[in-house]
Amino acid sequence: MTGARRDCLLNVLLIGLLFFLLHVAEQQLDAYSIRILSLVAVNAILAVSLNLIYGFTGMFSLGHAGFMAIGAYVCALLILSPAQKESMWILEEIQPWLAHLSAPQLFAGLFSDPDMARQLGFLCAVSLGGLAAALCGIVIALPVLRLGGDYLGIATLGFAEIIRVLIVNAASLTNGSLGIKGIPQYATLWWNYGWLLFTLYVIVTLLRSSTGAAFKAVRDDEIAARVMGVNTFYHRVLSFTIGAFFAGVGGALTAALISTIDPKMFNFMLTFNVLMIVVAGGLGSITGSVIGSVVITVMLELLRPVDSFAPGTRMVLFSLLLLGIILFRRKGLMGTREFSWHILFRPRRQQ
Amino acid sequence: MSAASERVHMRESLHAAPSLRLELDAATMRFGGITAVSALDMAIPRGLIAGLIGPNGAGKTTVFNMITGFYTPSSGAIRFNGRAITGLAPHRICKYGIARTFQNIRLFSGLSALQNVMIGSYLRRKSSWWMAPLQLPLVRREAKASFEQAMHLLERLDLADVADQPATALPYGAQRRLEIARALATQPQLLLLDEPAAGMNPQESAELMDLIRGIREDFDLTILLIEHDMKVVMGVCAHIWVLEYGMCIAEGSPDAIRGNPAVIKAYLGEEYDANAQD
Repeated sequence: MTGARRDCLLNVLLIGLLFFLLHVAEQQLDAYSIRILSLVAVNAILAVSLNLIYGFTGMFSLGHAGFMAIGAYVCALLILSPAQKESMWILEEIQPWLAHLSAPQLFAGLFSDPDMARQLGFLCAVSLGGLAAALCGIVIALPVLRLGGDYLGIATLGFAEIIRVLIVNAASLTNGSLGIKGIPQYATLWWNYGWLLFTLYVIVTLLRSSTGAAFKAVRDDEIAARVMGVNTFYHRVLSFTIGAFFAGVGGALTAALISTIDPKMFNFMLTFNVLMIVVAGGLGSITGSVIGSVVITVMLELLRPVDSFAPGTRMVLFSLLLLGIILFRRKGLMGTREFSWHILFRPRRQQ
Repeated sequence: MSAASERVHMRESLHAAPSLRLELDAATMRFGGITAVSALDMAIPRGLIAGLIGPNGAGKTTVFNMITGFYTPSSGAIRFNGRAITGLAPHRICKYGIARTFQNIRLFSGLSALQNVMIGSYLRRKSSWWMAPLQLPLVRREAKASFEQAMHLLERLDLADVADQPATALPYGAQRRLEIARALATQPQLLLLDEPAAGMNPQESAELMDLIRGIREDFDLTILLIEHDMKVVMGVCAHIWVLEYGMCIAEGSPDAIRGNPAVIKAYLGEEYDANAQD
């Protein structure tokens, strides 16, 4: 039990260190670097949620962009001010009930401090974005999760496209193809890393519990899992829904980070980017997903100057890099291994 | 049939055969035009070690798949402890108390030996998934109990020292024992073993026979096994059913089966008869 206490202490220290570094970053770094740091966190949330679905429960899902879109739109609609909505909806008149709905303003009636109201409103908006995505996750899961393998991939890909088309056409809700601009940039470094920690905490504790073992059992051998009394369909739906929730949260944070969203943004390339991080980091490794999102997000930015040489060089170099990872580390950077304090401490004990 | 009359029916069947663990009542399984199992009747009393034998393709594993809910019988009924389980989902049937092993070993490859066995206690859990992130005491209690039960089973099956190894890295014989340990972790009353001695040498099969008898006593089990190794079948089974082309051609004690001409014919073919008469 002393081991558990040591790990707990070390986790607290690590989170303290992270907060300290975030504080330093906020003071010292320019807006561009801070934005990259934020993107790392958002990508990590997305990668971990896809890894839960694909790496740990074995469901090849290509619907992440769809869940992100739902999260992003729900969040954006909740944090825009009524004035912004009125001026932005040109294609169609905005739905009257939606025009005056604003989470920060709702809280402004309850709290005298306007900043407090804004932050609480944002927390609500992101949570509701996640919940809306989770709800859609259940709806799509019930018919589609009876499929397996590549078929599931195709069905979820189709689902993501349906969401996109719905967003384009429901112009009175979403402003259609024009998208939404000027979303308040509430997604600060603190919010992004706060949500990342929450995501990691929930998914890691879940995976370490017996439910997590059941997910892995379903992934490894569905028939044996059923014989062992695991309701495989229920667990696939559960894992898919939790993954969808955090994908929605990631989408919501993206909206409040880059302040402009439109339906074109949530195409297959977005899912592909997340999938790339998960595979490069290691299917079935949360540590891998986090490392993968750091490496790939930073790499994509560092390679930006190369594009001045000839447009598109960045993606060529990047593809070569990915090829290298897949050729030399077929199971990704981490395989299915995870970081643990135990591994750090083991060599010292043996000496 | 109304719910009330079904209940009466169930009570009657309970009264009729209080000590019967498993009953197959004209269980039939058809795939298109092929009848894999045809009107099979079986009655296995509590505590019995029974055998199901027959040439390859006779439909033995199909019987297991019907009992465990992977196939819904085309007609006929299956009762467990007097309760109809025909057509229930596999995880429900497992919860009622039927566990099985597989002919081609099916362990969870991404999990350690210990985790494989711990999955077995999952279906008896009272906690729900959302309690894990909240670290509720119930979750910890159950995790501890599950760990202890799994370690106990691993010790019983001589696997304690490989508990932390990946399940599929174990030697073949150990993997077979691990499958049994995993099945026992679901706390079954009826254990179905599909060719437990396959690929074992004579010494290993002798140990397996001791093991089967031992766990029957220790865990108060009823066991039905499919096996090709006649030494094992004749050594542990008190009652044997013989299938050929999906039909039961004989049943009875090992001695009766050994001398049954229909069984000899099924296994050795017509030639044997012809030679014997020469």
